[in-house]
Amino acid sequence: MKARIRKLATFVEETRTESGRPVDPPTRRAAAVAVIENPCAGKYVEDLSELMEIGEELGELLTQRAVAALGISGPAAESYGKAAAVGENGEIEHAAAILHPKLGTPVRRVLGKGAALIPSSKKRGGLGVVLDIPLGHKDAAFVRSHFDGMEVRINDAPRANEIMVAIAVTDSGRPLARVGGLTKDQIKGEDGLR
Amino acid sequence: MPEVQVRKKLTTVEEIFHEGGPISKVPLRRAAALAVIHNPFAGKYFDEIAGFMDDLKPLGLEMARSLIAALGGDAKTIEGYGKGAIIGSAGEIEHGALWHLPGGYAMREILGGAKAIVASTKKVGGPGTRLDVPITHINASYVRSHFDAMEVGITDAPRADEILLALVMTTGARVHARVGGLKASEVKGEDGLR
Repeated sequence: MKARIRKLATFVEETRTESGRPVDPPTRRAAAVAVIENPCAGKYVEDLSELMEIGEELGELLTQRAVAALGISGPAAESYGKAAAVGENGEIEHAAAILHPKLGTPVRRVLGKGAALIPSSKKRGGLGVVLDIPLGHKDAAFVRSHFDGMEVRINDAPRANEIMVAIAVTDSGRPLARVGGLTKDQIKGEDGLR
Repeated sequence: MPEVQVRKKLTTVEEIFHEGGPISKVPLRRAAALAVIHNPFAGKYFDEIAGFMDDLKPLGLEMARSLIAALGGDAKTIEGYGKGAIIGSAGEIEHGALWHLPGGYAMREILGGAKAIVASTKKVGGPGTRLDVPITHINASYVRSHFDAMEVGITDAPRADEILLALVMTTGARVHARVGGLKASEVKGEDGLR
C-alpha cells in the first residue's frame, strides 16, 4: 500500500421511520473513511501523481469496506458519492488528486457498473471537520429519488498533515422519496444520465 | 408501557493503525451502535417511567450483538465498553438514565458476565449533538491502558421527542498506550475494579 493509513472508519445508517411513517424496507447507506498521511503537506509539490495512485488504492479499499458494511454485493449498490478533507498543511488540489484522476475506476469495478458521474465534495479543514458526501444514483445521475447526502465526521481527523478520504454507498434512495422525476425503474443506463 | 419505536440506527467502526508512533501489528478496533428512539415521556412530566427499562432490554441486546458482529463476531475479543444517551429537548436527563440498566446488562450478558461497571455519560441536546462516550476495561475498571472515549452523534438526531441511545465496545488498549498503571494482563477480575 502506498497510503500510510492511520485510521479506517465505517458508518452504517439505517432509517426505519420518518415523520411517524414506516420506511419499509429501511433505507440503508454506508460510508467508509480513511485517514492517511498527506505526503505533499507543508510544501508545494508540482507532480501529484503519488496522491493519484493513493486515490486508486483507496477507491478499491473503501468501496469494498462500504459494501461489506452494508452486507450487499457490489452490483446491488444503488447510489454513491466521494469526498475528501485536507488538513491545514495541505492544498485543496491534493483532495482533487486523490478523488478525480484514478479513484473512480476501482469503485466501479467493485460495484460492477457505475455509468454515472460519482458526485463529490472537498474541503480543507481542521480536526472534526464535517464532510457532506453527495450521493447520486450510480447508473443514472438524474434519478431524483437518489439525490442525497451523507454526513461523516471523525473527531481527531484530519490532522495538519493528513487527508480524510470518504466513499459512500447505498442500497436505496431517500426515505419516503416523493418529489417525482426519473425513477430507478425507468433507467436506460446508457449515458450515465438517464 | 409503550412500545419502543426506532427511527434510525447508525453503526460506526473505527480501525486504528497508529497515531504517529509505530504501526500496531493488531489494529485497535472500536465500534459504536446508536439507535434513535421515540421518547414516550417527551413534553410532559411523568412520575412513573421505570417500566420503560424493561421495554428497552431487547433493543439493548440487539445493539450489543450488532457491535460484536461489527467487530468481527467473536465476543472474546472485546476488552472495553461504554454507553451513553442524548435526550432530545422535550425530554429530561432522567429519561437518559433509563438506559443504564438495559444497555449495561445487555453488554455484560452478551460478553459472558463482564465484571466492571459500564462507564457512561448522558446529556440533553439538539440534533447533531456529539457525545463523548467513556470506555473502560470490561472486567477491571482500573486498567489504565483501556481508558478511552469514542465520540458519537447523528446529524438529524435526537429530535425534540427522541432519545439517541449509544453502546460502544473496543478490542483493546489505546493504540500507543504507555502511561503505566494496572495492565490488562494483571487483572484479577474478582471485584470489577482490579
